[in-house]
Amino acid sequence: MSHSQTATQGKTQPIITLEGVQKYYGEYHALRGISAEIRQGEFFSLLGPSGCGKTTLLRAIAGFEDISGGVIRLDGRDMEGVPPNKRPTNMVFQSYAIFPHMSVAENVGFGLRRSSMSAEEKRRAVGEALEMVGLGKFGARAAHALSGGQRQRVALARALILKPKVLLLDEPLSALDKKMREVMQVELIKLQREVGITFILVTHDQEEALVMSDRIAVMFEGEIAQLDDPETLYRRPRSRRVAEFIGMMNFLPARVLPTGPGGGRIALEVAGLGPAELETAQCPNGAAVGEAEIGVRPESLTVLYEGQSAEGGREAEGTVREVVYYGDMTYYDILLDGAPAPVRVSMRNMPGRRVLDYGARTRLAWDPRSMMLFS
Amino acid sequence: MRLTPLTVFASLYLLVLYAPIVLLPLFAFNDGTVIAFPLQGFTTQWFAALLDTPALHQATLNSLVIAVSTSVFATILGLFAARAATRYSFPAKAGVVGFIMLPLVLPEVIVAISLLIVLMQLGLDSGTWSIIAGHTLICTPFAIAILQGSFSNMDRSLEEAAVDLGETPWSTFRLITLPLVTPGIIASLLICFTISLDEFIIAFFLSGNEPTLPVYLWGQLRFPARLPVVMALGTILVILSVLLLVLAETFRRRGLKRAGLKDTGGFL
Repeated sequence: MSHSQTATQGKTQPIITLEGVQKYYGEYHALRGISAEIRQGEFFSLLGPSGCGKTTLLRAIAGFEDISGGVIRLDGRDMEGVPPNKRPTNMVFQSYAIFPHMSVAENVGFGLRRSSMSAEEKRRAVGEALEMVGLGKFGARAAHALSGGQRQRVALARALILKPKVLLLDEPLSALDKKMREVMQVELIKLQREVGITFILVTHDQEEALVMSDRIAVMFEGEIAQLDDPETLYRRPRSRRVAEFIGMMNFLPARVLPTGPGGGRIALEVAGLGPAELETAQCPNGAAVGEAEIGVRPESLTVLYEGQSAEGGREAEGTVREVVYYGDMTYYDILLDGAPAPVRVSMRNMPGRRVLDYGARTRLAWDPRSMMLFS
Repeated sequence: MRLTPLTVFASLYLLVLYAPIVLLPLFAFNDGTVIAFPLQGFTTQWFAALLDTPALHQATLNSLVIAVSTSVFATILGLFAARAATRYSFPAKAGVVGFIMLPLVLPEVIVAISLLIVLMQLGLDSGTWSIIAGHTLICTPFAIAILQGSFSNMDRSLEEAAVDLGETPWSTFRLITLPLVTPGIIASLLICFTISLDEFIIAFFLSGNEPTLPVYLWGQLRFPARLPVVMALGTILVILSVLLLVLAETFRRRGLKRAGLKDTGGFL
């Protein structure tokens, strides 16, 4: 195997190339032409609601599903007809799939059964793999006597012991409670950096994807809606649907005005906020004159307290309709004058900063640079 | 325990259920040919008489051959059916599985008469092989019921994980599937064996001149002098059946424990 050789080829080298991948289940079109390149050594996420095809795509890469069309290339090799046991991928299953009739060490060493290593080398490899996931002393334990988090680690060690070119993770954290999930998120990132193996994560949890990934492919109905790094995905969602799915976004009706000659900027009239000018990069669906919508994140709207004023005079007024206090943050739903529905505003709570009361009148500052226009 | 109407009812119920069976060993060791109280004294002569009855030995051999063959055939068929029913979906699956399970509630007399008619129409002799066929028919649903439990308790991704880690489908079956389903297979073998060993109606209709043990027993009832011997044989059969069922249940529970699962009420 040439693991070490491929590892030195750098991050930009695609380890997986998907070209127009199609999958039908009878009449049902589960994957509608997926094309993407997954780079060597990156942490890549497939994010989408249930039924969007993300798990099907992952299983197709692993070899558990035959594809109906297109090409999956792994390290330059067409995977057509290659069974899962002959692919340089390993998988962490959603249920972890720990073999219940084996000890922890037997589980972790299962993949080495067919290797030419000596018994001593195998034992050492198992020990190292267990050490890597922080289960150094658990080798002799019966597999069914483990907690959820420990099972997760055993599944990771078992999949990584073969040093696969790509590690596939199918919703690996969904069975854990919130605290444990946050711990494992950080551990997975660390682990991935340590081993330098390409990770492909399937998740429906946008926060998880944002926290862990180098790049994310957002999928809806068997198609990739957007493939970008987390920040671009959050700041510059290319469709209303992606914007809604990633984080919280406020939508306000807007009217696109005819631009003067030589403009490059798009002039709008936004309900509740007033006139605004956007760059074309902020208008992924174009900016045809007429009715449209703008999207703005809660943290891009700022409550103005007495004596404060907004830069450039971009202020709006409204009434507090809901106050949700989180300790470090407060979320307000504020109905702006002239807007059809309230917008959500998040404010960091700081010493000396008063939490607004329900029904209070307040002013908001806003910044057109943080807006997106959707038509 | 307090004496409430319910405990009285429960006690009576158990008494009615098991008292007749307790009479069996009682008279088997009774030194007298008349089955009546008071008891005459202790003897093992009826058990000794079992040893020098060649017809009985032949009947026992027939029964064992039939029971072993039946349990193997029914379990193999059950294994295929249970795996198909839990792993794959195919058209009319519920209907097909339902029809396979039907002999469970079908009156045995009807099964026996139908088989006899078919054999006669085909001009075939009835005999040991035809009883095996009939018993396999009624035992397969039991095998399926037991094995379906074993398969549905097993996470499908276990097999996928083994393939993912480099094993072939066959070695996956050997290393993962079989060890996890084995307790179910053993339980199925034992229960089918017991059912076949005790079965009378089908055996009676189809046995011809090769009686099985229950058929031989029934024949002996016509001779009052042979009654204590029948009692002795019955005693042995009861003990054997109970032992086998306990063994089957033990294997089923061990399987659950091995898979790290909770017991959700057994087959028995």
